[in-house]
Amino acid sequence: MRYLLSSIALFLFATVFVWQDSLAQRGIREIHQERSLYRNIVVTEDSTRRCLRFTITRRVGQNQSCRFLEDPQKLVFPYAKMTLSSLLVQDNPQRILIIGLGGGTLSEAYTTLFPDAEIIISEIDEAVLTVAEDYFEFEQTAKISVDIGDGRVYVKRAALRGESFDLVIIDAFNGEYIPEHLMTEEFLEEIKQLLPENGMLVSNTFSTSRLYDAESQTYHNVFGEIINLRMNNTGNRIIIASMQELPNLFTLNRRAADWRERLEYFGMDVTEYPQHMSQEVDWNTDERALTDQYSPANLLNN
Amino acid sequence: MAVSQASLTNTLVLSLAFISGFIIMSIELLGGRILAPYFGSSIFVWGSIITVFMLSLSLGYLLGGKLSLHNPSLKQHGSFFILAALLLLPLILFGNALMEALFLVIEDPRYGSLVVSTLLFFLPTAVLGMIAPYSVRLLVMDSHRSGHVAGTLYFVSTLGSALGTLATSFYLVLWFEVNQILITMSVILFFAGLLAIFSNKVIHAGKAAIETA
Repeated sequence: MRYLLSSIALFLFATVFVWQDSLAQRGIREIHQERSLYRNIVVTEDSTRRCLRFTITRRVGQNQSCRFLEDPQKLVFPYAKMTLSSLLVQDNPQRILIIGLGGGTLSEAYTTLFPDAEIIISEIDEAVLTVAEDYFEFEQTAKISVDIGDGRVYVKRAALRGESFDLVIIDAFNGEYIPEHLMTEEFLEEIKQLLPENGMLVSNTFSTSRLYDAESQTYHNVFGEIINLRMNNTGNRIIIASMQELPNLFTLNRRAADWRERLEYFGMDVTEYPQHMSQEVDWNTDERALTDQYSPANLLNN
Repeated sequence: MAVSQASLTNTLVLSLAFISGFIIMSIELLGGRILAPYFGSSIFVWGSIITVFMLSLSLGYLLGGKLSLHNPSLKQHGSFFILAALLLLPLILFGNALMEALFLVIEDPRYGSLVVSTLLFFLPTAVLGMIAPYSVRLLVMDSHRSGHVAGTLYFVSTLGSALGTLATSFYLVLWFEVNQILITMSVILFFAGLLAIFSNKVIHAGKAAIETA
């Protein structure tokens, strides 16, 4: 028994040690740990940036959100810039719903661009909000509010109340991938009820594996034509679905030229993005779409 | 002849216990899937589901034990399976409509998921819970061996539960829709019940034949 206990203790010690060590090797310091009902959260910092990550036992989890220590307005992650580039498709959102808070990067960017816009963020985990407020300078204001709860439930209730959002952003990651009930046709239909005739849905996903096909087919079934935004430097894929007809490359390029200066502030050149916005059906259309009845998303992701 | 009949009965009872263990956990696991579109996948949704399953199983154990006191038979045992099969039907047929209605009435997803779990899962799970203690009664020959018999039964049914959890979460949800799995479970329970009832008849006929010979 004593032998067992000591080997468990040794294992735990080694785990923590290895974890710390692999971070330290890259010059990353852990500055805060927040306990959570879902995934414990770690805030790390190196010489240039501060990051929020979910811990998955021994593995050093992926960064969910990062912020430069100097120039904090500049976006660290390609996916955040890719999300902003959806402004080329629909350019003046005044009511925005973001599912998944992270470090609050997206809401900050949108409120900088559109100070009058009302932004509601649905976040399942209160601990994420605490960390965002304490370490990422996220603030709830008269215009920006956070609803703690499941995104799916928020969308359903908002639709019942007859609310509408010009822009809905799905940025919900649980450390592994997107929760399965936030990937189904039924959920997208519920989001569609929130979108006015010029409304747009922007979804942050990955472009890997069999799930790519299933996910694309699901969005296609609900919205028809979609824009796939994939870039070389990242495994993220942004799906843009609109209630209006999608603009062609010519229009996108023209709008990019108009937006270029305003978006430079975030450390991006938006004129690079239109060429990566594809409306082609480049997935296997035989793949089964995801529904509430059939959504083995995380199994397909392996 | 009598000895092999007894061992045949034991094998049947244990197999049935395995099936019920398998199905209980399979349904519990699917419960999370079924509730997620309406109540999300917050930790309290799982809390509601597990609470309801534990509560209904505990009452099922109590009731099954009590029923085993008077004239226990494979026939009654089989009827539990058929009843459980039928009680799964409302979940399959009216689950969504019920959740839709309750979603409108109860704003707090904690109580919403608790009420829905109770309405959808309580009865079938309680009936499935009756099977374990009743099985012990069918297996026990004398009080001396009762602990051994109960141990074997829990071994088999909990093994079923473990495999039910594994099979459902690793494979079944990848291959089938939630309702397809539930319908299959219901059909399996139904035929398991018929098998028990049929075996009861055969055994009685066999006994009668021996007595007349």
